Amino acid sequence: MGKIIEINGPIVRLELPETVIGEQVRVGELNLVGEVIGREGDTALAQLYENTEGLRPGERAEGLGYPLSVELGPGLLNSIFDGVQRPLNAVWKKSGDRIARGVQVHSLPRDTAWHFVPDPGIRAGMTVSGGLVLGSVQETASIVHRILVPPTLAGELTELAGEGDYTLDEVIGHIKGRDGAVHKLNLFHRWPVRVPRPYARRDHAVAPLLTGQRILDTFYPLLKGGKGAIPGPFGAGKTMLQQQIARWCNAEIVIYVGCGERGNELTDVLEFMPELIDPHTGRPLMERTLLVANTSNMPVVAREASVYVGITLAEYFRDQGYDVVMVADSTSRWAEALREVAGRLGQMPVEEGYPAYLGSRLAAFYERAGRVETLGGLHGSVSLIGAVSPPGGDFSEPVTSHTKEIIQTFWALSKELADARHYPAIDWLESFSGYVPAAAKWWAQHVDPRWEEYRARALELLAESEELQRIVNLVGVEALSSEQRWTLEAAGLIKEGLLQQAATDETDSYASPEKQFALLAAMLRIHDEGMKLVKMGASARVLIQLPIMGQARRWKSQFTSEQLEEMKARIAEIPGVFERVAQEYEHAAPQT
Amino acid sequence: MKNIEFRTASSAQGGLIVMSGVPGVAAGSQVQIKDHAGRLRNGLVIKVSDQAVLVEVFEGTDELDLERTWVRFLDEPFTLPLSRDIMGRIFNGAGHPRDGRPPIISADRRNVNGEPMNPAARAYPREFIQTGISAIDGMNSLTRGQKLPIFSGGGLPHNRVAAQIVRQAKLLGDEANAESSSFVVVFAAFGVSSADARYFQESFEESGVLNRVVMFLNLADEPVIERLLTPRAALTAAEYLAYDLDYHVLVVMTDMTAYAEALREVAVLRGDVPARKGYPGYLYSDLAEIYERAGRIKKRPGSITMIPVLSMPSDDITHPIPDLTGYITEGQIVLGRELFNQGVYPPVTVLPSLSRLMKDGIGKHYTREDHPHVASQLFASYAKALEVRGLAAIIGAEELSEGDRRYLEFANAFERRFIGQGEDEDRSVFETLNLAWDLLSMLPPDSLIRVSEAELEKYHRWQAVAETT
Repeated sequence: MGKIIEINGPIVRLELPETVIGEQVRVGELNLVGEVIGREGDTALAQLYENTEGLRPGERAEGLGYPLSVELGPGLLNSIFDGVQRPLNAVWKKSGDRIARGVQVHSLPRDTAWHFVPDPGIRAGMTVSGGLVLGSVQETASIVHRILVPPTLAGELTELAGEGDYTLDEVIGHIKGRDGAVHKLNLFHRWPVRVPRPYARRDHAVAPLLTGQRILDTFYPLLKGGKGAIPGPFGAGKTMLQQQIARWCNAEIVIYVGCGERGNELTDVLEFMPELIDPHTGRPLMERTLLVANTSNMPVVAREASVYVGITLAEYFRDQGYDVVMVADSTSRWAEALREVAGRLGQMPVEEGYPAYLGSRLAAFYERAGRVETLGGLHGSVSLIGAVSPPGGDFSEPVTSHTKEIIQTFWALSKELADARHYPAIDWLESFSGYVPAAAKWWAQHVDPRWEEYRARALELLAESEELQRIVNLVGVEALSSEQRWTLEAAGLIKEGLLQQAATDETDSYASPEKQFALLAAMLRIHDEGMKLVKMGASARVLIQLPIMGQARRWKSQFTSEQLEEMKARIAEIPGVFERVAQEYEHAAPQT
Repeated sequence: MKNIEFRTASSAQGGLIVMSGVPGVAAGSQVQIKDHAGRLRNGLVIKVSDQAVLVEVFEGTDELDLERTWVRFLDEPFTLPLSRDIMGRIFNGAGHPRDGRPPIISADRRNVNGEPMNPAARAYPREFIQTGISAIDGMNSLTRGQKLPIFSGGGLPHNRVAAQIVRQAKLLGDEANAESSSFVVVFAAFGVSSADARYFQESFEESGVLNRVVMFLNLADEPVIERLLTPRAALTAAEYLAYDLDYHVLVVMTDMTAYAEALREVAVLRGDVPARKGYPGYLYSDLAEIYERAGRIKKRPGSITMIPVLSMPSDDITHPIPDLTGYITEGQIVLGRELFNQGVYPPVTVLPSLSRLMKDGIGKHYTREDHPHVASQLFASYAKALEVRGLAAIIGAEELSEGDRRYLEFANAFERRFIGQGEDEDRSVFETLNLAWDLLSMLPPDSLIRVSEAELEKYHRWQAVAETT
């Protein structure tokens, strides 16, 4: 047993000999929890996950003997945890509307019995190793929770319980380790959050993570197991976009980490998600969702921990063979928490007050994403999407610039687009994706072989229109040739009829890959047909007035992904429309 | 401990004193300091060790010495005594009366720092609050439990706008006053001039709400450290009114820039590592502790809606204070100098303004079914109109196409008639929406792609178009 020597905000100095860096400590009369981050002789520095007001020097402190760990087992899904995996609903019942300090609750419920079904291939007497699937529990209607041998255990399975209902505290088997020690097995195990969970090998990512958002899927794809970032100034729609991804993406498990963000936003997710149906399974979305919430007014050290808690939970589901998406909103708040602690420790600041290890911490964190073959021989992936909140929207600030070097897909949000209420406000010129070649294979196989070509053409049109827009801004639209005007119009069509996608529009909130491609092809078709006429001498002015230009802009919100045939029928009318114009020209031509 | 006076100050400078040889002092505890002349000062413990205690003195360390300074550790954090009697009263930043009336006596004392609300206990804000200001109601609606700041600049009429909101804010269908009787205002002013404070006081008096207002004032010439407590004391009172007495509380706080500057001043004294523009790295967390106290709690009838006012230094929205605020609050109402100079009141620059909670508080069940689409259409059309205006400035209005000229007219009408309104003009949201359709009808119906065809049919002023063409 040790004692407190000094208190400085969330950092306390303890007299605690023989403690290990990373060890959890319990401090003071209030039983505040924290972790050791440094040693000096017989004293230790610890950062506490809770507000230290009222602590006094001389109060007791004890080491708990283990690092910050999470409980991994049935009961995770459909839950909301704080930054150190305390279930917020249970905390609410125990301490009321406000989070009292020193509340101790189990991360996973101990009174629930889960129906465990042993894997038919597993028998007592077998030699098993870490990560092997022992059996399963149907945790929610859509998700089977696979019970794994803890990654660090291996040896002879001396005993395994039969099918039946077990609580987490009940022992379901024993493993005799190679050293002869006997280990108990439960439906859950613990894992330290700062240590990546092991896997057999890394696989190539092959399939896109489909989000139903055209600007993402069609233009800047992310793969399952990929790393992406969403940087954007406030008010650019970052949160909205992430919620759209969490709602619609085709991953099996979604982990949303609200790190230093708004309380009301989480409430929105909590109230709204249960009403939403997963387009892939037809079940409520909450059944595959897990939230980690450390809102901006909750203690800063737990905020730093929250992203590690989130990624460890993600890896655990990956190890069960699932495709997992983790959304971290926002990594900037995490970096600021790092900066705040570094500042209190008197560490030398480098850029904007951030410690020198910011870049390496960020890289190590993103490295935990990936598609792997698990220790148990399954295939699973963790896709990691980090929101970045650059101060003043300046992408050259340290967190954004470090992140940009690490990730492969960059969805740059723009204040200008958001101000014009162009949502999602993703800047098509600043964004990039390194996954296009891999995604192209998938699109060619599953949707249409022309995807890569069409995507490139649409982007080219957009880039070209940007140039033209500059001219227009200087000298007016009259200075453009008819061809240029048509290009500008076609780019406008792509922006409004394809890129803009309102989250609140029930018809268009989610677009299937087929709908995405059909719209892309349609917009290009309009451009091509029109351009043919313009080259024949038709006036772009006249073409712009065609009713189809307005109609095409509404198709996206007129037809759901299920009404694809109706939409295609409308699209098929495009050539006819332009044909009629061409005929009019031919009739008119002799007279002029 | 409470009754022991220590005379062991070992250093005193820059607003901080170090006390040595005081055992077992609690972090964050309140301190009373008596100087050589017997005057009392207030302080706060900011760092403790078994060797020394660092105390921040609100009134500063001027005229303190080490030999004749007596310090008492009150052994409790800053608390505010609360009862129904706070209504209609005026307090200073530390919660002491400044209206010459007796102090509040109550056994119910709350820590001004509060405790973080459990996100699982929050209820999502959904009820539309009508402010009677078109630029807000129509395009950036406020909902009960939201925190929506006003971003302003020196010399802009943010105080008048805030006062107008306080006077006019009500729920729809609330005219019968059944609900508005449970509506109270907590007003906190810190770092503002006494003229500004008086303006609000008079405005509350005129509109007859003074007996429903609790004021916390820390004027520009008063202790800086007390400024850090002012919003916390105000919010502690607001929480008591909302969650103990079931009131709907509107909290108006001005000026958050003065607050952040005070925080920086104190951080520098403490020797904290500066991050951006000298502000401490914890500015975000600190602001969040204040802003996040707005909201609603499940199964509790009361609510806290917050309108913080901040002046953007040099009108720069990327300055750390508006920037971090924007990341925490649910939108922002931005006032602009250009509109102000043109004589438009309230000079709300709508494009950078935003209300994040608007989407869930308007529409069929709350205001009118066309509201979301009309708002979106106004934004899109006005954005386009501004582009045209930019073009006109270069090539001249005569060179514009017929269609573009309509946009130019739309921009002018929108700014004068929709954004602009009287300081006493209280427009219902329906008046606002009808006005919006009047203006949208100046534009070609084909270009109104954000509203549905049914809405076009129902609300478009076809007749007006026929008349003008």
